[in-house]
Amino acid sequence: MTLLDFARGPAMQIAIIIFVLGIFWRLVGVWALRQKKDLSEPRQKGAWIGGIKGLFVHAWPYKPFVPKVGTQYIVGYIIHLGLFIVLIFGTPHMLFFADIVGFTWWTLPGGVITAVSVITLVALFVALAKRLVNPVQRLISNFDDYAAWFLTTAPFVTGLMTKMNLWPHYETGLAIHILSVWLLLIYFPFGKLMHSFWFVVSRYTTGSRFARRGGMS
Amino acid sequence: MSNKTVTEIELDLESKRLSVRKPEERFDVQGEMSDDERIEKAMLNFAKDFGRVSATYMESCIHCGACAHACPFYEASGDPRHTPIWKIEPFKQAYKREAGPLAFVYKTLNLKPKVTVDELKNWQELLYDTCTMCGRCTLICPMSIDIATLVGMARHAMFHAGLVPHELYTVTEKAFKEGSPLGATPQVFEDRIEWMGDEHEVEMHVDEDQADVLVLMSSIEIQKYPESMAATAKILNHMGKSWTFRTDGYEATNFGMLSGNTAWQKDMSMKIINAAEKIGAKLVILPECGHAYQALRWQGANMYGKPLPFQVQHISEFLADAIDAGAIKLKTLNKSVAFHDPCQVSRRGGATPAPRKVLEALGVEQRETESGGNMNLCCGGGGGVITIHRADTLRYKIMGNKFRQLDATGAEMMVTSCSNCRQNFDDSGEKLNWGKEMNSLLELVADNLVEEAK
Repeated sequence: MTLLDFARGPAMQIAIIIFVLGIFWRLVGVWALRQKKDLSEPRQKGAWIGGIKGLFVHAWPYKPFVPKVGTQYIVGYIIHLGLFIVLIFGTPHMLFFADIVGFTWWTLPGGVITAVSVITLVALFVALAKRLVNPVQRLISNFDDYAAWFLTTAPFVTGLMTKMNLWPHYETGLAIHILSVWLLLIYFPFGKLMHSFWFVVSRYTTGSRFARRGGMS
Repeated sequence: MSNKTVTEIELDLESKRLSVRKPEERFDVQGEMSDDERIEKAMLNFAKDFGRVSATYMESCIHCGACAHACPFYEASGDPRHTPIWKIEPFKQAYKREAGPLAFVYKTLNLKPKVTVDELKNWQELLYDTCTMCGRCTLICPMSIDIATLVGMARHAMFHAGLVPHELYTVTEKAFKEGSPLGATPQVFEDRIEWMGDEHEVEMHVDEDQADVLVLMSSIEIQKYPESMAATAKILNHMGKSWTFRTDGYEATNFGMLSGNTAWQKDMSMKIINAAEKIGAKLVILPECGHAYQALRWQGANMYGKPLPFQVQHISEFLADAIDAGAIKLKTLNKSVAFHDPCQVSRRGGATPAPRKVLEALGVEQRETESGGNMNLCCGGGGGVITIHRADTLRYKIMGNKFRQLDATGAEMMVTSCSNCRQNFDDSGEKLNWGKEMNSLLELVADNLVEEAK
């Protein structure tokens, strides 16, 4: 079995199992906790509407905060969108998924994907630089923040190297790229990458709690 | 007047800010306990109210640090330790190690070290001196984490571990023993009601057996702004309401909640609830006090264990409803006004539109601050912070930012509906030579009541 066979075979299976079970464990571990009912008389009904609203209003900072954190949000969006575009609309990625799901879809030209990858990579390094330089972020950061950064960045670096044929041995390089993605999936449930799920739960929770009361959303 | 009231704890009732006298020697650690005991009690009491909501918040932080930029304390100090989410770091650590879904991983591999007493002692300043639980950080948080609630839970832990700042512990103990944190014992309360009744020639109702409305007061009002009592009485009498003050349930402040003692919080709330039930009150009116609104309106039923058998309103809500119903009419004030929202009433309480409705009825030109309403910048005195002397310097700095915002509106008059904010404005205003006065919305209404109309 070559490294590429391993990457495409057992490594993938192990990674996906840990990814799925880990996410399930972490979500259920929190949702299974008891929650005392709030007995205060709500100001208004339809707290769930506030919950849904909460999902959207926190997608961009309120006006007074834009000068302070607007750039940080933009960098965040570049990273998230970049990840999404490259993952879904890169032709080799689509073909990889097509093998599993059984259908194909429209993709972006390789040059565009490369450009998006480079932009995302730049944004990732900007985010890292800020984390290292900004006194607030430096203080509150822990191992997870740097591990998550490294594991998110690695597939972009290895992917670009594969695309640009920079590996001494193409197949091994491709295997390393694929394995870097599996590493990301394996780590995903154990750290902050879980915010892909928590952001919905947390925003909805605050949105609905305060919709009962009025006030902030 | 003796400052000792019934216990030996001396108050400073002469200064602009009411608290205990500045301690010559601080005692920021209470009780005789071993370090292990303190940690055990801290963790037990932190976990007590832990549920799905708090766990979700603990899991969701991405360490982006945005919350720092919404925090009045960080904005004033620039100290990264004042980043809101950092204020609960030991508890976040404990949650991950002891309670989260991955606790076994963290514990087995010792990825999150056990929290120590020294750590908690270092965090006392962050949890009490530099957080008013104003909740502004939630607004900026991309995950919408309610850090203020988590700070409240962390305070439960700190109280039971005997790690409350000297002054806050002292006033809380005084509140528990005497029924008031600032010496407004039932006797003092009664005397001052009588005094205000005579002074303003307004009929006072005290200890009525039956009444539709129970009116509460905060110690700050009783001791520092007693006109609030006369103003409330004047309006209620004008409306022909059946109302009363009760000497067995009058204190609206809840230092049990602020310091982190849930049992005392319940005890303080129950006095009010029992008094209201006894007289068959349909409505309890809370005075101009921010955290009192939080304690009774939003946490009262949860302390009681069932829905409250009466309605709870902040005085600004009551006034807004009375205006809407045409029960009171007000003279027009030809002035421009900037309103300072008390965080616990507006942002975290939801009564933001009420004072604006009242000001509209007064015919004033309302001028919003740059970050007003639910986005309001906290005055820095809530959550018990104003009682703590070592927190003064930063509190004044925060108020400097607040003054700049208010002054920028160019309004002729400043108004608020929280007596704790108001005493902070008085105290800081003197310190920083503000040259302006923070007025009470309630007193403004009482002073401009059209008496002949009904």
